[in-house]
Amino acid sequence: MNHTFLIFARVRKTLQYLLIAILLQLSITTQIHAEVKDTESRQLLIKLITGGKEAEEETLEALSNQSDKIIEDVVAAWRVGKISTTPNPDGSGDIVLLETDDRSYINLLSGEKITPSGDVKKNRASRGLRKKLKRIVTLLKLNSPDLKERIASAEKLGLSQNPEYLEILEEKYAQQTEQKAKDAFLFSLSISKLANGTDEQVLSAVNSLGELKNYAARDFLIKTQTKYTEQGDAPEILTAIDTAIDKIDQHQKFVDWVGALVRGLSTGAILLLVAYGLSITFGQMGVINMAHGEFIALGAYTTYEIQNFFADKYGEASSTFGWYFVIALPCAFLASAIAGAILEKGLIQFLYKRPLESLLATWGVSMVMKELFKKKFGAANVSVSSPEWLAGSYELMGVSMSYNRLLIIFAAILLIFVTWLLMNKTNWGLHVRATMQNRQMASSLGVPSGKVNMLTFAFGSGLAGLAGAFVSQIGNVGPLTGETYIVDSFMVVVCGGVGNLFGTALSAFGIGILDKLLEPAIGSVLGKVSVLLLIIVFLQFKPGGLFPSKSRNLED
Amino acid sequence: MNKSSSLLKDKADISFLGFLLTFTLLLSLGNAFAVEGSAFHFTSFTLSVWGKYLCYAVLAISLNMLWGYTGLLCLGQCLFFALGGYAFGMYLMLNIGVDSVYKTALPDFMDFMGKTSLPAFWEPFHNPIFAILAALVVPGIVGFTFGLLAFRSRIKGVYFSILTQALTYASLLLFTRNESGFGGDNGFTNFKVILGADMNAESTARGLFIASAILLALVYCFIAWLLRTKFGKVQQAIRDSENRVRFSGYSTTHFKVFIFTVSAMIAGAAGALYVPQAGIINPSLMKTSMGLDIVVWVALGGRGSKIGPVIGAILVNFIKSWASREYPDHWILILGIIFILVVLFMPNGIVGLWNQLKDKIKSSKKASSEAALANS
Repeated sequence: MNHTFLIFARVRKTLQYLLIAILLQLSITTQIHAEVKDTESRQLLIKLITGGKEAEEETLEALSNQSDKIIEDVVAAWRVGKISTTPNPDGSGDIVLLETDDRSYINLLSGEKITPSGDVKKNRASRGLRKKLKRIVTLLKLNSPDLKERIASAEKLGLSQNPEYLEILEEKYAQQTEQKAKDAFLFSLSISKLANGTDEQVLSAVNSLGELKNYAARDFLIKTQTKYTEQGDAPEILTAIDTAIDKIDQHQKFVDWVGALVRGLSTGAILLLVAYGLSITFGQMGVINMAHGEFIALGAYTTYEIQNFFADKYGEASSTFGWYFVIALPCAFLASAIAGAILEKGLIQFLYKRPLESLLATWGVSMVMKELFKKKFGAANVSVSSPEWLAGSYELMGVSMSYNRLLIIFAAILLIFVTWLLMNKTNWGLHVRATMQNRQMASSLGVPSGKVNMLTFAFGSGLAGLAGAFVSQIGNVGPLTGETYIVDSFMVVVCGGVGNLFGTALSAFGIGILDKLLEPAIGSVLGKVSVLLLIIVFLQFKPGGLFPSKSRNLED
Repeated sequence: MNKSSSLLKDKADISFLGFLLTFTLLLSLGNAFAVEGSAFHFTSFTLSVWGKYLCYAVLAISLNMLWGYTGLLCLGQCLFFALGGYAFGMYLMLNIGVDSVYKTALPDFMDFMGKTSLPAFWEPFHNPIFAILAALVVPGIVGFTFGLLAFRSRIKGVYFSILTQALTYASLLLFTRNESGFGGDNGFTNFKVILGADMNAESTARGLFIASAILLALVYCFIAWLLRTKFGKVQQAIRDSENRVRFSGYSTTHFKVFIFTVSAMIAGAAGALYVPQAGIINPSLMKTSMGLDIVVWVALGGRGSKIGPVIGAILVNFIKSWASREYPDHWILILGIIFILVVLFMPNGIVGLWNQLKDKIKSSKKASSEAALANS
């Protein structure tokens, strides 16, 4: 029996290593970025400041291909007279100084503090040069090696519809290699052309916007439409605009749908996590554990405690703090599993023949646990903060998904797999299935049914605790946390077919997706109500759920 | 009340009704005539509290009819109770008159929602008779529809319980919504007039208390009578072995739907009487915990006995209000532990305790006599 838990522990370990590896990777890349040098830009700036009129044109040209932030800073300083020069002690030209707020000087070339030995002469740029520099600063980010920054800058320039930038956008568009950047530049360019281009240019811009299907273009297209309708001299542009808007709307509908689907997947994953433990205790063992919700809350509170422990020991800002969640997962599982084992030994084992009464007794347990939570942690919700590495979000086809939710979806799928392994590929799973089918027969064939019952119940409860740890990342943690999930969990299990883990998984995702598809149309509360009613109707046709357990026994 | 005793041959029934009559008379006469401060004076508050307990008792009987006698554990009995309460509450709401804040005759939550006229389905609730009928019929219709759906597809046992719970939860969500037009989270309160009488008058409290006692007596008699008819026998046979009943040629589905509907209507009636005595109704009555509480009353008192649910409902609520006064920090803990102990050690509830003890003594006697025989 022990080796099954070893497998489980090993899978968990592998998962942890994977996470560690991913985190390390992330930190290395950020370091490399920090070390990128801006020496070339600095040299060009120095050349511009100390050099004469003749090299200006050429230097500016070179500078306009750079993207370092130092350019912006120096230009700003130059404008307010904070750039000075001083002769180099070794006589090889001037050193350019950058005056800081506390009136000390920094050597522009090296970026180090310097105390000038000779005369300090203020340097001022000519008016014409200032104008040219301003333009360079505005367009600075168009050259940024960072894709996001480049795209954001292009879009900002395009959406301003300022005719000044049309040319440079066109030029930079030709230089882009990544598809994403190409699209963004074409989008900005087309938006700009809508306002500033000739009729032909507008027509091609409208067509490209239709191809790009970016929703942000819709308003601009409508503006252009009104303009041309008033003029009434370009019917082909009007029809093109109609098609483009149509395409954009179609695409938006698709994106909304995908968004609902993804949100549904994530809701379904939560349902699955909270219902899977129940599917084992209720579905496999036939015990109606009304305290299941409180086991979820127990897992969530364990996560909270571990978070506090880490915050006390390492401080909330430290990088170690982010690791609390990885430690919290097995702890939450264990806490609830132990509570489950105690409940089984102390109460439920006497009630296997009276399922409805196990419902009542566990209801009493649920009341007691809720009350104990209130006493220990207070009646108000406690806050569990997500570790930093779970805080971001990932964008897919215009739908953004937080890492939290992605992790939950991932965990849910992993859970299905691991439970399947445990149930179908291990000795313990065999014993569980045998005991659940016929307790007496199994025990007369030598299966230690008492022990199997306890471990199964503990495992199911542990899964609830695990769910609690995940739920703590996205929802409230309070004494009533469990109550929120208990009705849903039961519905998921009944709907999937009691005793069928795969059915539970399918119905969890089904209910989650249905819920989120209905939500935009009729609101979240009515959506939820309709889902519950739909389930009741669904059970009309499939009283045993999606995958009813097959039996020739009349009383089953 | 005792006129129906020709129906009742059982001594226990007669003594229960006699006790109820004495209790009702004692409390209401004490409230009406005894000098204030004397041992026999009962305030109208006490009367309202006991009136509520009697309504709970009726609710428990309606659940016992399902669970104790038909084997259907309904976790949503509180839904029917609340539906009855809401139906009668609508009548009470319309009789508040012009409220002080919005200066309109509309219920204040409608003003709050920006409504200027009463929704059409509220109109008939000006009539108290319609409201009382609705308090019976609405739960009945809901019970009938749900029962038909559930029993036709032969959903039973735990599945049935969970579905009733889900239905109740869905209704809770629906009634909590402000847009549904039932006052949202706050529900109905601040009632002023009932059937032309002032809600705060002592005589009103007395009248409502007596009405609750009468309802309890009627429902009790109805159950006692029903159990003795052939219908009642079939009902109990369904509990013991539904398949045998079906194979004997009875349509158990029809029986179950009928019983479920009747039980829902009884719960609705109890709810209608409960609301004016509690002075408030809100969606919290439909909470999952409320549905389970009722089950606990019945289990504690003794399911499958006529008097058990009455004892359970009154006792639990009495302990609840006593313990929440005396031990405000620990009472839920106490209650939870009591439930666990009752389930473990008193499977037949308080009513079954006597027989349980008798059996125990008998078996231990038997064991000792056997041991004595073996020794000799």
